[in-house]
Amino acid sequence: MKIAMIVNGKSVFREVSDNTLLVEYIRDHLRLTGTHVGCDTSQCGACVVHVDGQAIKSCTMLAASAEGAAVTTVEGLAKSKDDLHPMQVAFKENHGLQCGFCTPGMIMTATDMVARYQAQGKEITEDAIRHELEGNICRCTGYHNIVKSIADGASKMTTV
Amino acid sequence: MSEGIGARVLRKEDKRFITGKGRYTDDIVEANQAYAAFVRSPHAHARIIAIDTSAAMAIEGVETVLMGPELVADGIGNIICGWGVTSKDGSAMNMGAWSALATDKVRYVGDAVAIVVADSKSIAKLAAEAVVVTYEELPVVVGSVQALAKGAPQLHDNAPGNLIFDWEIGDLAPTDAALATAAHVTEMDITNNRLAPNPMEPRSAIATFNEAEDHYTLYTTSQNPHVARLVLSAFYNVAPEHKLRVIAPDVGGGFGSKIYIYPEEIACLWAAMKSGRSIKWTSDRTEAFLTDAHGRDHVTTAKIGFDKDGMIVGLKVDTKANLGAYMSLFSSAVPTYLYATLLSGQYNIANIYCNVQAVYTNTVPVDAYRGAGRPEACYVIERLMETAARQMGVDPSELRAKNFVTSFPHQTPVIMAYDSGDFAANQKQAQDAADVAGFAARKAEAASRGKLRGLGYSNYIEACGIAPSAAVGSLGAGVGLWESAEVRVNPVGTIEILTGSHSHGQGHETTFAQIVAERFGLPTENIQIVHGDTDKVQFGMGTYGSRSGAVGMSAIVKAMDKVEAKVKKIAAHVLEAGEDDIVIEGGAVKVAGTDKQMLWHEVGLAAYTAHNIPAGMEPGLKESAFYDPTNFTFPAGCYICEVEVDPDTGVTEVVQFVASDDFGTIINPMIVEGQVHGGIAQGIGQAMLENVVYDEAGQQLSASYMDYTMPRADDLPNYSVDHASTTCPGNPLGMKGCGEAGAIGSPPAVINAITDAIGNNNLSMPATPAAVWTALQDVRSKLAAE
Repeated sequence: MKIAMIVNGKSVFREVSDNTLLVEYIRDHLRLTGTHVGCDTSQCGACVVHVDGQAIKSCTMLAASAEGAAVTTVEGLAKSKDDLHPMQVAFKENHGLQCGFCTPGMIMTATDMVARYQAQGKEITEDAIRHELEGNICRCTGYHNIVKSIADGASKMTTV
Repeated sequence: MSEGIGARVLRKEDKRFITGKGRYTDDIVEANQAYAAFVRSPHAHARIIAIDTSAAMAIEGVETVLMGPELVADGIGNIICGWGVTSKDGSAMNMGAWSALATDKVRYVGDAVAIVVADSKSIAKLAAEAVVVTYEELPVVVGSVQALAKGAPQLHDNAPGNLIFDWEIGDLAPTDAALATAAHVTEMDITNNRLAPNPMEPRSAIATFNEAEDHYTLYTTSQNPHVARLVLSAFYNVAPEHKLRVIAPDVGGGFGSKIYIYPEEIACLWAAMKSGRSIKWTSDRTEAFLTDAHGRDHVTTAKIGFDKDGMIVGLKVDTKANLGAYMSLFSSAVPTYLYATLLSGQYNIANIYCNVQAVYTNTVPVDAYRGAGRPEACYVIERLMETAARQMGVDPSELRAKNFVTSFPHQTPVIMAYDSGDFAANQKQAQDAADVAGFAARKAEAASRGKLRGLGYSNYIEACGIAPSAAVGSLGAGVGLWESAEVRVNPVGTIEILTGSHSHGQGHETTFAQIVAERFGLPTENIQIVHGDTDKVQFGMGTYGSRSGAVGMSAIVKAMDKVEAKVKKIAAHVLEAGEDDIVIEGGAVKVAGTDKQMLWHEVGLAAYTAHNIPAGMEPGLKESAFYDPTNFTFPAGCYICEVEVDPDTGVTEVVQFVASDDFGTIINPMIVEGQVHGGIAQGIGQAMLENVVYDEAGQQLSASYMDYTMPRADDLPNYSVDHASTTCPGNPLGMKGCGEAGAIGSPPAVINAITDAIGNNNLSMPATPAAVWTALQDVRSKLAAE
């Protein structure tokens, strides 16, 4: 079947089989390989992208379900190569990544959680960040610097 | 800001990872690429009676299905363990045959039986399910103690009783004598739980065969691509080394599990040759649980004796190490030379004896996982010390302190010669940071909220910077454990460092650049680190055993020494000065005490134009070096954990975790702290959450993230990490290594804290709420009975 969507601001369409997952559409068909697959049970969060402004696990959604949607992947987060999203900068400045494999999913989850809290006018505390990260697994950092990165990124997102 | 040694330089590699531009193996697509899936045994132990591939071959898009007998007939060798361990009776270890694809028997659930090659991943998987294998099931054994019992199912004909080796270290008679006369003896049964390493990037491989060139290329998720090439060539006969290029691009974590050469890479290379297609295979997560080498799995009884003054007189340890169904690459070294040699801990112990029996079982092969043997040793000695202190009614930190090794070098009775350290300084720093003095008040406050608060120590020491080649050779290693480096100064003065170390999260592209920046006064942006490709880097032993700093960087230092000498010769020649008067400072090469100088890039250009260099000097500016360490290095430290237990539910929270480490020279504190954070998280994971569980039929019940408890953000605290360091005398930078310490030191601190909180020393890892609650009930029923 032919599936069209807007990915990182660009209209795309590909002919794919019905059972193609969104993550396969993104990685294998669009060749945007920043979105990763780290498990088979929707647990690890390495595949998180935004669909119509909401963080979702792209390993758990059919590409067909995203027909017509606006999808943002980690490649689409920065305004330009030298104008990174504040959350990307925060991960670098706080050493919030080591091997980098979970990082795109972490950053996409982080930007979504901060945007949600800020939209509701709620403060995003350390406890809230740790709770919100329930669906993202990192094996390298012990989360200490990821939590720091997200708190820092959140403070910078308010000034954007 | 300085970018040299000791600076918190932000990582050069980060930009590609935070923008989605990393290049991991599964991100790569080769021309004419097909996909592999493996037919795996659903039984833990069975004979293969017949394999019917006809239904699979009939599926459109299936290229081929290949099986073990053909692989063997093509001369592909068995997978080997590269470290020979000799039993106490002098006999060699009993290594069972392990073919990349099973030929007659399968010995664990997940054992590969056939490789299916197809046009897409989904077709390959579908076809793998359509391969019909007829098995004759055999009896199964999963535990090491059970496998050693009389009448246990036998895995390998050449390993009677499933015994791989029965090894010892230390002196039995004096140890028994010391324990017999001890004023106090603490004896414990100690289990070290089996873990799955779980790097977030699953293993992956892409194999390509160029028929015209008779040449193979393998992209693989490896911590040591050169070792992979060596083993694939010399032992598995896939191709000679000059006809095989191995590339480990960005690798998403390893923790030991990506050291080894697994059946899948061998089968993909072979199938690429047979089919003429490039073949990609990427592991699923469940497949990773079923095939990535596991870690730990020791069953131990240990006895420690003290004299009337609390001085240790002897330590006796008996360990059964479960190595799984086959011997993985370094599996034999982990429960022997990386374990028992560290049982002396930070203490002066005159008499130590340890007996280790390594055992085959119908489980995934066990090999090095972050710490590899040293966490198991640390857990034994630190559980013993804490428990003994409680039994003797003395302060656990004081009992440790009075037994500390305080003069160096210190020869232990179990091979290792500690070169440096100040264990009391680490303990003091940790105690201050943890406010141990205020613990009683915090405990009382917790009690007022109905919580049980406990505090536990772990004073770890480990051996890393692996390792002096001759020393490990004498202990059975099949390889040397040096490292190589090449420093290429380009004509424009920028520098490429080619290293045999491999970065898969450790930040080498930054820290390796920092030591070059420090030496030549250049910005790190002018320095590029090249690693992970056997066509680019001459050789390397890779990254594991916290060896990239102490060994890998030392090789770079040696190569930089040679570059510096040549630079000085060129500058002295051009500037008409004496070589001894030349200094390198801030990117310039100067005649000391004068205003005569050449800029760094001018020297580079002079070397390559070769218009005006000393007579007889070779043009160019490129030097290489091999560095072989003279000793292991010995990171050490003190970890203090504080927990609160809810007595009604057993739910335990780590409320404080303090680390004071001695890593020697630190290149980048930010990166070192990150390594400690991650190590502690894995240690807390082992202590409280993680456990590989098999049922009696050998089915792995914990083979997904729905079942195996990976530590998540809300399971873990923030960590307080600091350093009190002594310089390592064994290498030019004075480094000890920081990659594994956190995972080595933390589990006993956690369990010592929980057992302190609940008043019951009898608690095994993982201390799940159910386990903690049960241990609490035991105390309560004992109290009720009294």
